[in-house]
Amino acid sequence: MNVIDRRLNPTGKSLPNRQRLLRRLKAQVREAVARSISGRKIADISADTEVQVPVDGIGEPFFRKGAGGDRDIVLPGNKKYVKGDRIAKPTKGDGDGGGQASDSGEGEDAFTFTLSRDEFLDVFFEDLELPDMVKRQLKQSTASVPARAGFSVSGSPQSVDVTRTMRRGMARRLAMRRPTVKDLDELKKRLAEAEAAGDSDSVAKLTEELTQLRRRVGAIPWIDPVDVRYRRFEQRPQPIAQAVMFCLMDVSGSMNEHMKDLAKRFFMLLYLFLQRRYEAVEVVFIRHTHEAREVDEETFFGSPETGGTLVSSALSMAADVTAARFPVDSWNIYFAQASDGDNMSTDRHRVAETMTNALLPACQYFAYLEVGDPHSDSWDGSESASELWRTYQKLTGPGVPLAMRRATTAAEIFEVFRDLFARDAVG
Amino acid sequence: MTLLYEGSDWNFDKLKRVYDAVEAIALGELGLDVYPNQIEVITSEQMLDAYSSNGLPLLYRHWSFGKRFARDKTLYRKGYQGLAYEIVINSDPCISYIMEENSMTMQTLVLAHAAFGHNHFFKNNHVFKQWTDARGILDYLAFSRDFVARCEEKEGVEAVEAILDAAHALQTQGVNRYKRRQKRSLAEELARERERRTYMESIWNPLWTTVPGSDKRVSAKGGKPPPSLEDGAQSLELPEENLLYFLEKNSPALKGWEREIIRIVRILAQYFYPQRQTKMMNEGCATFVHYEIMNRLHEKGLINDGAFLEFLHSHTSVITQPDFDDPRYSGMNPYALGFAMMSDVKRIATAPTDEDRRWFPDIAGNGDAMGTLRQVWADYRDESFVLQHLSPKVIRDFHLIRLRDAAHLPYFEVAAIHDDQGYKDIRASLAQDYEIARVDPEIEVTGVDLLGDRKLILEHYVHKGQRLDATTMKKTLAYVRRLWGYTVTLRETDAISGAVLSSDEAKAS
Repeated sequence: MNVIDRRLNPTGKSLPNRQRLLRRLKAQVREAVARSISGRKIADISADTEVQVPVDGIGEPFFRKGAGGDRDIVLPGNKKYVKGDRIAKPTKGDGDGGGQASDSGEGEDAFTFTLSRDEFLDVFFEDLELPDMVKRQLKQSTASVPARAGFSVSGSPQSVDVTRTMRRGMARRLAMRRPTVKDLDELKKRLAEAEAAGDSDSVAKLTEELTQLRRRVGAIPWIDPVDVRYRRFEQRPQPIAQAVMFCLMDVSGSMNEHMKDLAKRFFMLLYLFLQRRYEAVEVVFIRHTHEAREVDEETFFGSPETGGTLVSSALSMAADVTAARFPVDSWNIYFAQASDGDNMSTDRHRVAETMTNALLPACQYFAYLEVGDPHSDSWDGSESASELWRTYQKLTGPGVPLAMRRATTAAEIFEVFRDLFARDAVG
Repeated sequence: MTLLYEGSDWNFDKLKRVYDAVEAIALGELGLDVYPNQIEVITSEQMLDAYSSNGLPLLYRHWSFGKRFARDKTLYRKGYQGLAYEIVINSDPCISYIMEENSMTMQTLVLAHAAFGHNHFFKNNHVFKQWTDARGILDYLAFSRDFVARCEEKEGVEAVEAILDAAHALQTQGVNRYKRRQKRSLAEELARERERRTYMESIWNPLWTTVPGSDKRVSAKGGKPPPSLEDGAQSLELPEENLLYFLEKNSPALKGWEREIIRIVRILAQYFYPQRQTKMMNEGCATFVHYEIMNRLHEKGLINDGAFLEFLHSHTSVITQPDFDDPRYSGMNPYALGFAMMSDVKRIATAPTDEDRRWFPDIAGNGDAMGTLRQVWADYRDESFVLQHLSPKVIRDFHLIRLRDAAHLPYFEVAAIHDDQGYKDIRASLAQDYEIARVDPEIEVTGVDLLGDRKLILEHYVHKGQRLDATTMKKTLAYVRRLWGYTVTLRETDAISGAVLSSDEAKAS
C-alpha cells in the first residue's frame, strides 16, 4: 500500500472550468450584477454576491425518454396493496413517479452560485470601462509597503547586512583570539631567521608554534553562520487616515431611474477608490430639491420627492456638516455630486460663493457628474450647457480640485475621476 | 489482541496498521483479489474538485464541470448535501481518495469499502475486464487533457467548447453496447492519433464521392469504399448504434482535431459504461465487504465497541431504503438492494430454507458463501444479477410491488406484489430497470442520403409507446446537426409495428 498526502496540493483545480462557466453565462451574470447594484448599499460593493442563473443558459440536453407510454414500475415499501388494486395517477406536474431515466436527469430548476468579490468587480468595472491599471489598483484590498524593522538571524541572501555581519565576525575573531595574518607572518619571519641561524631547538619550537597557529586559523572561521545578520522588513500599511465621502444628489422630479442608476455607480466607484486608500470611510448622503436633507442610504436612492431645485441648499448643508462633524485637519473630504444640471438662475451666486469659500478649500476632490438620458438629445454641445454646469465651469482652473463630466452611459463615468486616479498612480 | 487504534483522530501510522489488518482479512479470509492500492488523503475542497470531474483525478476543461462544482459547493456549504467519504478510481494501481475530515473509524470503513470492496469488483467483474483498461486510463486522461488544451490554444476556447458541448450531448449514445473494444497501449494510441491526423487531412470519405470529378475508382465500384489505413474497410456500416463513433468516422463537416475530441468523449463514455451497468452490484459488493471486515475486526478485538457502534450508525444510514411514499424516496437505493442481495446469497449458501432450495438449487447450502459471492461478482452485472439472484426473501423484506402504468388509463394497476405468483414478475421487471440499454432510448443511424443533400437519418425505436422528451430531443438534435454539418432527421418508429410516429428535422443552416 502506498499512502500519499495530497492535502498540500493546490486546490482550485476546477477554477479554469469556473471561468469557462462564467464566460458562458456572461449575459446572465451581467444582469445579476446590475440587479445587485441597484439592490445593495454602496459600502457593500465589495462583498460576495449570490447569482441566480436560469438553467437554459447551461442546460445539458441529451436524448432521453419523456413521460408517457406504457411501463412497469417496481417500488419498495408496499404496505396495503394487493394484486389488482388501482391507484390514481398523480396529477400532471408530479411526473410519473417511475424510476425511468430519473436518475440521469439533471435538476431543472434555476441554479445558484456565488460570485466572489473579484468576479463581481470585474463585471462592475467592465461596464465602467476602467483602464486596466485602475482596475488593478482598486482590486487590491490593502496596500502596504515593506519597511525596515531591525535585523534578524534568518532571511534571504539578498538581504544580508554586510557591515553588521562583518562587524560581528570581527568581534568574534577578536574574542576567540584568532591569529591574524600579521601574527603568522611574524612567526614565519622568526622561523626563517632561526633556520638561517641554524638554531635547531628554536626551529622545532617555532615550527610547532606555527602549526598550532595554523590549526587555530583553521578552527576559527573568518565568517561564521552565527555572525550573519539579515535586514528585516515588515509589511506596513501605507499611511492611512480616515476619509468622508459626501454623496450629493438632486432628487427633484427631473431625475429618472436611469440617471439615479448612473449616479449610484458613480458613488460606488468613488467609494471603492476611497476604501482602498483609507482605512475608514464614512459616507454622508445629502439629497436635495429646493431644500436639502441628510438621509440614510435607502431614502437617498429610494423615495422620490417633488419640488424645485436649489443646489446651494445641499452645498451649504454639506458645508455645515463638514464644519460640525468632519474637521479638515483630521478628515480627508471628498464630494461627489450627481445632478441633471437644473438649478434656479437666482441661485447661481450662492452656489459659487459656497463652493469657493467653504467646500473647495476644504476638500481633496470635488467630482461633479451631470447625468443625462441617452434618449434625450437636449444637451450635447456646450451652447445648451445647463445652469449648474456653467456655474461650475467658471470655478475651474489650475489647482482647483474640481472635476466635472457629463455621462449618459456607465462607460462615461470614469472620466470624472481620471485626475484622481492619475494622481494616485504617481503618488 | 490489542486495539488498532483508540479515539477518533487518525494519523499515518494508524492508517498503516489498520490497512494491514484489513488486508489480512480481505485477502486471507474473504479471498479477495485486488489491484495494488494507492491511498490519497485529500481535503474537502479537493473532494469537491474531484466530484466535478466525475471523480477522475484529471480531466480536460469544460464549463459543465465548473457548473457541477458550483452546484455541489453551494449544496455542501448550505448543508443540503454531505460529501462522500471516498472516491475510488478504476485504475491499476487502484486509487482511493479519503478525506482528512473522516474519523479513524470512517477511514477504516473507507479502506475496507473502497480499497478492497470496489477494488476487487473492478479487477474481477467481467464487464470491467472486457470494456476498460485499468492500466491505461490515467495515461489516457493525461493525454486527453493535454490534447484538448492544445486544441484550445490553437483553435480557440469557443471552437473547442462547441465540439465538446455537442459531443457531451451524445455521450449516452456514444457507447458500443455489443462490440468488444480492443485494448491499446498509450504508445499505440498516440501513434494512431498521429496517423489519423495526417490521414484525415487527405481523407477519402464516401460522402465526397458525390462531388463531381472525385475518385473514379470509387464511383466505378458503385460507392464501395477502398481499403483504408484503419482496418481495410471503413464503409458506412449501417445501422450504427454508436452515434459518436459514426460521426467521428463519417461526418463530412469535421476537422481532424474535432474528430479526435469526439473520440476522447466517446472513449470516456465507454469507460464509464460498465459503471452504469454495475452500479448496484459494485456498491453492494463494497458494502458487503466493509460489513464483513468491520465485523471481523470487532470480533477479533481489534476495534472497540465505540468504534463499532460508530461504524454501524454510518452503515445503517447508507443502506436505508425509504419506502416509495416517503418524501425521501428517490428510486431504489443501490447500496441497500446490493447489500441485501449479497447478504442473502451468503445466507442461501450457508443456511438455506426449503424455499431457497427450490429457487436456487445450484447454490443453496453449498457452504461456501465467499466462493459463491466471488463467482457472482465476477460473472454478473446489475440486470442479470437481479434476474437470477433476487430471492423471494429479499422481495418480501423490501415489500416490493409492481405497478402497471398504461398510458391510456387514469390509474396504476397493481400487477404483482410479494406473493408466490408475484416473485417472478417483480424480479423480471426490476431486472429490466437495471438494463441500461433499455433505460437509454434506442437510437440508430439508419441512413445517409449520399447522392442528394447528405441528409442523415436517425431512428428512435419506440418501445411500449415511450417517446423521447421533445424539448431535450430538439436541442440534442441541433447538436447532432452541428457535428454532421448537414440536415439531420430523427424519426420515431414503433419497434414492433414499424409505424413512423413522428419525424423531426434540424436543417442545415
